[in-house]
Amino acid sequence: MNKQLPYRAALLSLVLFACFIGIWQYATMPSDNVVVSAADAEYAALMGQGAGKAEGFPTPAAVGRTFVHFLSDPFYDNGPNDKGIGIQIAYSLMRVGAGFFLATLVALPLGFIIGMSPLMMRALNPFIQVLKPISPLAWMPLALYVLKDSDVSGIFVIFICSMWPMLLNTAFGVASVRRDWINVARTLEVGPLRKAFQVILPAAAPTILTGMRISMGIAWIVIVAAEMLVGGTGVGYFVWNEWNNLALPNVIFAITMIGLVGMLLDFAFGVLQKMVTYRD
Amino acid sequence: MTNHYLSVEALKKAYPTSDGKAGTPVFDNIHFSIEKGEFVCIIGHSGCGKTTILNVLAGLEQASGGVVIMNGREVKGPSLDRGVVFQSHALMPWMSVLGNVAFAVKSKWPDWSKAKIAAHCTEYLEMVGLGHAIHKQPAELSGGMKQRVGIARAFAIQPKMLLLDEPFGALDALTRGTIQDELLKVVQATHQTVFMITHDVDEAILLADKVILMSNGPLAKVAEIVEITMPRNRTRAEMHHDPQYYRIRNHLVDFLVNRSKTYAGGGELEQYDPKHPPVVRPGLAAAPDAALPAETARPVPQLKKVVNQ
Repeated sequence: MNKQLPYRAALLSLVLFACFIGIWQYATMPSDNVVVSAADAEYAALMGQGAGKAEGFPTPAAVGRTFVHFLSDPFYDNGPNDKGIGIQIAYSLMRVGAGFFLATLVALPLGFIIGMSPLMMRALNPFIQVLKPISPLAWMPLALYVLKDSDVSGIFVIFICSMWPMLLNTAFGVASVRRDWINVARTLEVGPLRKAFQVILPAAAPTILTGMRISMGIAWIVIVAAEMLVGGTGVGYFVWNEWNNLALPNVIFAITMIGLVGMLLDFAFGVLQKMVTYRD
Repeated sequence: MTNHYLSVEALKKAYPTSDGKAGTPVFDNIHFSIEKGEFVCIIGHSGCGKTTILNVLAGLEQASGGVVIMNGREVKGPSLDRGVVFQSHALMPWMSVLGNVAFAVKSKWPDWSKAKIAAHCTEYLEMVGLGHAIHKQPAELSGGMKQRVGIARAFAIQPKMLLLDEPFGALDALTRGTIQDELLKVVQATHQTVFMITHDVDEAILLADKVILMSNGPLAKVAEIVEITMPRNRTRAEMHHDPQYYRIRNHLVDFLVNRSKTYAGGGELEQYDPKHPPVVRPGLAAAPDAALPAETARPVPQLKKVVNQ
């Protein structure tokens, strides 16, 4: 029974997927009496050869062809507005990575301090509570003005949104390290650095990693929106660009890619989390 | 005063109440001393502040008044001189058994090479019968084995004094017996000075040179110091053949069941001097008991009755 469970779940997933494709196919089937509104026709005329794209919601087959087309050559680069999806995703990942890395550099030590010192916890709490609920994109104008670079601004937005879950989880994890372990370190006269790295860090690591995992999820959501705003490169820009082209199959393809990459990132952090989790 | 190896003088602890005022002290004016190489158990009901006293000795907690002097120096904070075995073993689950002991050994001797530390740790783990499990994770061990690792960790730093906070409280009776035997063996071999909290009267009789009896809290005090006069080479299997055993046991149980309450709060005895609590040797009670029937003739059911009350 238990051994079969994964197979049965996979089978059910496949069936659901097939149903989804089937409904999609049915919903987008070209009907005999196509009612083309005047506006659509005019738009199609304006677009010249664009008529094919404006036909309506793309069928599964059309999207499938797009998948094959993009994935067969993911790394081409034909100038600013025509890059392979691999390159676009790489740009986004680079921004997320840089912002996330910087946030880690700030959030982990700061979280440690807040977690260890009730004074700092109380002193910094009002700032954290005010800054935390701000939509990361609201920082964009300030970031653009101060940093004067759209790329760096994107990284800053990722930095600021990755910050809070990591900071709060680190502080919580550090503050709730079991008293016994701290007492063991105290009776052994363990120095502060050794205590931090060999007792508190491993004890709080699962909580910290949970915070990092949440941060990474948020960062990947925010980067798409940020790139739509700043433009230029990245998977968010790609989506917006294809929308402007009214190339819905490309949009659907990009959305799927965003989901898949997000899933892989989460999976990677899940593996990391498993590595630092201890059985008690 | 300071000619004892460790002396506790006028120790007091009061926890603040919720409105910030100092509450009734849990214990007050506690005096006792421990000699080098002595095994001292402390017995008392919950809430009499045993663990607090141990934590003060360990330097983990501050007393509200009084001092602890060890080796001529006041105990002000935690120190490698005093190893602690915690009630809940307190092993770090992300380290192996060896890693846990090595963490302590490295704290004591930071300059030792890895190989030397490993050899030292292995020696102590073998001493508590865990030579086969040194590379296991704590989660893979039973409760008794974890507690043994905790004991090995405390012994491995060769502290001047060992503090045990009810180390076998969470173990089943069989495991407890085996570990008691091991502890006894190690203590006899190393002449370790030990201060141990226990609830188990038999454990105290087996291990201790003297037992400190605490009256009930709040305002707990040292009611009596019972010297265990049985020969030091006692074993769990043979102990109950010694006629002293039942006299001591009855005395301790009688105290816990009947007399610990009457000491609470006010002074029961006019002549009670907190600096010199009465020292009793119930094991040697044969002489004053001479008027009574000979000990061998003492009816057993009566003993049982006292024990079961």
